[in-house]
Amino acid sequence: MPSALKIKNLHATIGNTKILNGVSLDISQGEIHIIMGQNGSGKSTLLSILMGNPKYTVTMGSVMLEKKNILDLSVTQRAQAGLFLGFQHPQVVAGVALGNFLRLARNTVAKAKKSKELPIAPAPFAALMRTEMEKLKIDPAFMSRSVNEGFSGGEKKKSEILQMAMLEPSFAFLDEIDSGLDIDALKVVTKELSAVQKKQDMGLVIVSHNPRILDFIRPNKIHIMSKGKIIARGGAEIIAKIEKGGYDSFLKKK
Amino acid sequence: MLTQTGDNTAFSFRTKTKSFFTSQKGLNADLIREISRQKSEPEWMLNFRLRAYEIFLTKKMPNWGANLTGIDFDNIHYYVRPQDKAKRSWDDVPPEIKDTFDKLGIPEAERKFLAGTGAQFESEMVYHSLAENLAKQGVIFESTDDGLKNHPELFKKYFGTVVPPGDNKFAALNSAVWSGGSFIYVPKNVHIELPLQAYFRINIENMGQFERTLIIADEGSSIHYVEGCTAPTYSSDSLHSAVVEIIVKKGARVQYTTIQNWSGNVYNLVTKRAMAYENAEMVWLDCNLGSKVTMKYPSIILRERGAKGEIQSLAFASKGQHQDAGGKVIHLAPDTSSTIISKSISKNGGRSTYRGLVKVIKGAKNVKTRVVCDALMLDPASRSDTYPTMDIKEEDVAIAHEATVASIGEDELFYLMSRGLAEEQAATLIVNGFANPIVRQLPMEYAVELNRLLALEMTGSVG
Repeated sequence: MPSALKIKNLHATIGNTKILNGVSLDISQGEIHIIMGQNGSGKSTLLSILMGNPKYTVTMGSVMLEKKNILDLSVTQRAQAGLFLGFQHPQVVAGVALGNFLRLARNTVAKAKKSKELPIAPAPFAALMRTEMEKLKIDPAFMSRSVNEGFSGGEKKKSEILQMAMLEPSFAFLDEIDSGLDIDALKVVTKELSAVQKKQDMGLVIVSHNPRILDFIRPNKIHIMSKGKIIARGGAEIIAKIEKGGYDSFLKKK
Repeated sequence: MLTQTGDNTAFSFRTKTKSFFTSQKGLNADLIREISRQKSEPEWMLNFRLRAYEIFLTKKMPNWGANLTGIDFDNIHYYVRPQDKAKRSWDDVPPEIKDTFDKLGIPEAERKFLAGTGAQFESEMVYHSLAENLAKQGVIFESTDDGLKNHPELFKKYFGTVVPPGDNKFAALNSAVWSGGSFIYVPKNVHIELPLQAYFRINIENMGQFERTLIIADEGSSIHYVEGCTAPTYSSDSLHSAVVEIIVKKGARVQYTTIQNWSGNVYNLVTKRAMAYENAEMVWLDCNLGSKVTMKYPSIILRERGAKGEIQSLAFASKGQHQDAGGKVIHLAPDTSSTIISKSISKNGGRSTYRGLVKVIKGAKNVKTRVVCDALMLDPASRSDTYPTMDIKEEDVAIAHEATVASIGEDELFYLMSRGLAEEQAATLIVNGFANPIVRQLPMEYAVELNRLLALEMTGSVG
């Protein structure tokens, strides 16, 4: 089992624009990290790059998972190595039922791990999925609806957490998982997120610009990003500072 | 059922047969007389054939669609008779031919979920069967040749009335040399729950297959007919040119489903048309994979008040293939409605064309029609064109027309791959999802099969 993901001095560009300027971050399994920062600070980009989004070019640095630099792996291989990205704007896949898609994904990942476990059949998978949907308060009818098609903002976010729960990754990156959720939905989602994280001993990186998430999730570490860099890290005391002086208070100090 | 795509080796097997009769290559009036003689046809049918041959000779090749210059009419076997007559038991079918259909899974499908089965090998139906309870209710399901012999009154009344020989060059050719195909009659108020299926197999090189199907659904009846088609791959071309005529009487419903998967050396030029009477419903569900060129526009003439027509088609054009497909609906009466949904997928330089016509004559009031054509292009080398024609002479009509062209986006692939799918799997899933609105209307067994065929078409699609 992988135990830690080590991001070291990561630089990246999109086109000619520098977008990450040396990010370093270690995440161990079982830990929760929250990355905060203003819009455009590079926090969502960081997650996207960790998953291998081909839009971005990594120009320097490494991301080690055990002894492997995951930057050498394809998106597919990263997912199969146990990484997961919960998207801020999940894609619509018309005509593909969420349940069928997730079962295919789960069986594909299991096969890649050379797991001796046989592919899970539709009926037991549906039972598992229904249990998880109940916890997230998702209507079971969504199982046969097209992936993200006609989903509300909140439903999309719940569906991302559902996918994470069903795919059982070792490390999950969740991009603005709290945006678009009302307070009740936020409670449901964060409760289930914490439960899955504990159960699977997952390493979790959550990106958010809203300190409200800290009312529901207890992170091991909080990181503040600005201009493609982590400019501050710490524990709960950081929040008090954000609430008092905003993100600017970190910038001025520097 | 089909098991592999056209150019796939497992599907492309050839059967060594000793035919009962194989015509020399090329066509002339004497050959037409010989075909008619071997079939012991009545005089009027021979005359029908000879007249059609004259029309064929005078008609120009259609030059408005796909490129047909590769067809060499002198290099085709027009009539190949594999055995003396159609059998009612698989045990009586010559073993090598039975073996062919075993490999294609036909007898198995027959046992599992069909009400009746026909199997055509080269020019003739070699096997035909119908569930006993349907025969007792007066349902007729025979080869068209047997139908002509056994039910001359129905043939005189309906044969060649929906697609006359002068319709187009290939309808004329079919009318001159037709052989095989299905004849179906469903009596008044009889509903056939399970599908009837016919499977068409071309086996030898330079074959011309010209089956002719005639379906008559009498008042208040219903039927679902399914056809499948395959052929082995050869270096030189074959021609498949069928004519299908359907008469849907008052209050009846006919669904005609096609899953064809010709090898890449087959010209597939088919004329399909249905005539729908008062409150009748006609549905064409047309899935076209494979072939070198397909030109096919299933048509519906809504002849009386309240008739409904639906044409749904799916085409997959890969390297070296041109799928020129679509549909035509002619509204001749008030309160008639129609839907045309066409979906095409182009890959690896393949070319898809939607060609459609909706015509509403003056006086056909309160007509509703909807046309949707969606194209999915998997790479920049592929091509998709749309030629929708609307010929509306009445003002009291509701018309909707939508068209989309999409390619598979990087974001969509990234999303699916981030769940652990390989790029090809992700692209296949997107293609299956695109095709799903058509596929989900197939009976389950066929839907599973078609998804598998689409997946096979997608193998090796990602470099």
